[in-house]
Amino acid sequence: MPNMQKEKTAMPEQLPDVRNKNFSEVALGYSEEQALNEAQRCLHCKNAPCVTGCPVSVRIPEFLALAAKGDFVGAYHVIKSTNSLPAVCGRVCPQETQCEGKCVRGIKGEPVGIGRLERFCADRAMKLMKEKSPDESEGATNSAEDSCIEKKAFTSEGDDGIKVAVIGSGPAGLSCAGDLSSRGYKVTVFEALHKAGGVLVYGIPEFRLPKDIVASEIKELEKKGVDIQCNMVIGKVLSIDELFDAGFKAVFVSTGAGLPRFMGIEGENSNGVYSANEFLTRVNLMKAYRSDYGTPVRAGKAVAVVGGGNVAMDAARCAKRLGAEKVYVIYRRSEAEMPARREEIHHAKEEGIDFRFLTNPVRINADEKGNCRFITCVRMELGEPDESGRRRPVAVDGSEYDIDVDTVIIAVGTVPNPLIRMTTPGLDTDRHGCIITSDGVTTTKQGVYAGGDAVTGAATVILAMGAGRQAAQKIDEYIKGLSKKTE
Amino acid sequence: MFKILKRDVLAENVIRIKIDAPYIAKKAMAGQFVIVIPNENSERIPLTVADYDRSLGTLTLIFQVVGRTTEELAALDEGDSVYSVAGPLGRASEFEGMKKVAVVGGGLGCAIAYPQAKALHEAGVCVDMIAGFRNSSLVILEKEMRAVSKNLIMMTDDGSYGEKGLVTDALRKMIDGGAGYDAVIAIGPPVMMKFVSLLTKQYGIKTIVSMNPIMIDGTGMCGGCRLTVDGKTKFACVDGPDFDGHSVDFDELIRRNNMYKEQEKQSMSLREHFCRLYKLSDGN
Repeated sequence: MPNMQKEKTAMPEQLPDVRNKNFSEVALGYSEEQALNEAQRCLHCKNAPCVTGCPVSVRIPEFLALAAKGDFVGAYHVIKSTNSLPAVCGRVCPQETQCEGKCVRGIKGEPVGIGRLERFCADRAMKLMKEKSPDESEGATNSAEDSCIEKKAFTSEGDDGIKVAVIGSGPAGLSCAGDLSSRGYKVTVFEALHKAGGVLVYGIPEFRLPKDIVASEIKELEKKGVDIQCNMVIGKVLSIDELFDAGFKAVFVSTGAGLPRFMGIEGENSNGVYSANEFLTRVNLMKAYRSDYGTPVRAGKAVAVVGGGNVAMDAARCAKRLGAEKVYVIYRRSEAEMPARREEIHHAKEEGIDFRFLTNPVRINADEKGNCRFITCVRMELGEPDESGRRRPVAVDGSEYDIDVDTVIIAVGTVPNPLIRMTTPGLDTDRHGCIITSDGVTTTKQGVYAGGDAVTGAATVILAMGAGRQAAQKIDEYIKGLSKKTE
Repeated sequence: MFKILKRDVLAENVIRIKIDAPYIAKKAMAGQFVIVIPNENSERIPLTVADYDRSLGTLTLIFQVVGRTTEELAALDEGDSVYSVAGPLGRASEFEGMKKVAVVGGGLGCAIAYPQAKALHEAGVCVDMIAGFRNSSLVILEKEMRAVSKNLIMMTDDGSYGEKGLVTDALRKMIDGGAGYDAVIAIGPPVMMKFVSLLTKQYGIKTIVSMNPIMIDGTGMCGGCRLTVDGKTKFACVDGPDFDGHSVDFDELIRRNNMYKEQEKQSMSLREHFCRLYKLSDGN
């Protein structure tokens, strides 16, 4: 008999007034007892609607059945067979609009906490694996450490296995690399930054996704034989055509949407005005919040974050943790239109973030030294629906008012980086700079596949991972077709 | 890791390192830069490519010790390794159509001006160089610069070497003397580039300046290096680092470069404090 408890088993969390002063994880994870209790809430529907809601088709009822019996490692292997990064997805997937959104238990009560259980199984299995091989130290080995020796390896002749290159080590790239490696390909992932993980390391903060979790997931991939080359800015140090010349049979472009958009308002280049990308990179990748790291960041006393997505929530919550007394989120529509996850908005409110809905900045005002002093905003009201279907915000005449802030973080979206586009003849992109594909992953250039934010524009981790999986399948078909032709 | 094959001190606090970086060396062009992380916990800083050897796979960087990160880089010796070097980044300098050029370097900027002068010289362009330093102890690369220029004018603020005065004084003299430059390339502190650009604007001579603002990734991701050129926001890392000197908002650039002055001061005073402590304990 399933456990008919109506609500999800609650997730223990750090208290808001404690956690808004540290960078440790907010959600503490289930105990074994809580995990068993929650797993037993699954009804094991025959048609499994939850699976249809998952971009990588995790076999959810199957893993929940094993978890309900206490076989968490078995459950982990079921998840891992279609999802390269379970510990990551368990934490950052928007389950409420995916698997859990389709859960039958959600009709009369709350859905099964699939994400929380995915996280528990992954954490448990990885902990056990670590205990088994304690000689392996924590953290990714792929950082610059041994890249010089390995750099020679990826062009050497006589390698066994067919070589495939993946550009970018974010969720799409890692997922594609994992799947290709399982299919027997020799995969090299090229990363421009000095650490692998893409948005998982530079964007999403430690308190939502601990970096040692990301490092462990990447280490698992490396153990499978995936070679990760950091500090390699493809498009600059090597072009895609040169990768083909070096013997790679196919290339997967998963370079994300890393170029920040600004608003184009007066004073935006004042000191203290950051793109969310810069602010989060300083904090997360460069660890500016730790005194033993060299990178500085200016959070100031009062911070305004402009935007309403998850990135805006992350930036606001980081600013609070860096000691800002007052943190505002300025969003031009109302709370209902906010693209951020409800859970993130809720967490941010609990931590003391001040939301200014229906408000839009028009000017950033600086002192004579160029330092930001206050931001001038205008009140908005919602008019007719626009092309996104949401009601278009319209400025209210004469409603300007000022908010004193010394830091402004612009989180109004990102667009794909042009480095690959500019150096790859034959790879077509649309007017937003997104790579054009015929079926979601196949580009206009032979042997080149693409996925994730580089194709869709800024979206979610799991959609990118789904594209990575799909591309791995297409690349496999393509390469098999090539060898048939030559036979 | 990127091994330091050779290290020498060019002047007080100015250091040249040659590192093993075959992939970067293969592609690097004059005007481009790399992002360097001295140690695992260090900041990412941009350094312009000073020279490269494609056949040996080496990359030469010249830097001045000005803060915590450059101090960490300076502490690495021959045989040690730099944690991370990524590049080549930015657009290569464009010299098309230039016949007679004045290359103006200020202080450490000479380390960047020199490879540009060399590239021009090798392309058959007639190059005059004007190199300015605060005083004689800071002079670098004189021999190298002389080798690639028709005239090399050395200037110091205090007259302790070469002629006394600013690079703009020398440049004005050359132009007034009928040098007939069709372009001026100015690389150095923002203030120097600003005044060179103001001068050449009077004469209507095309002027290219090389930007070195604060940046993190160097690939267009952070936007920290943004500057205003001709009223539009540009990213120095992907749109530059070379820009039209007559269009750059230098005052904004100078303000933005001072963004972390306070933190830098704190970081350095903390280090000095520790250094003093260590010295005391050494003395015991």
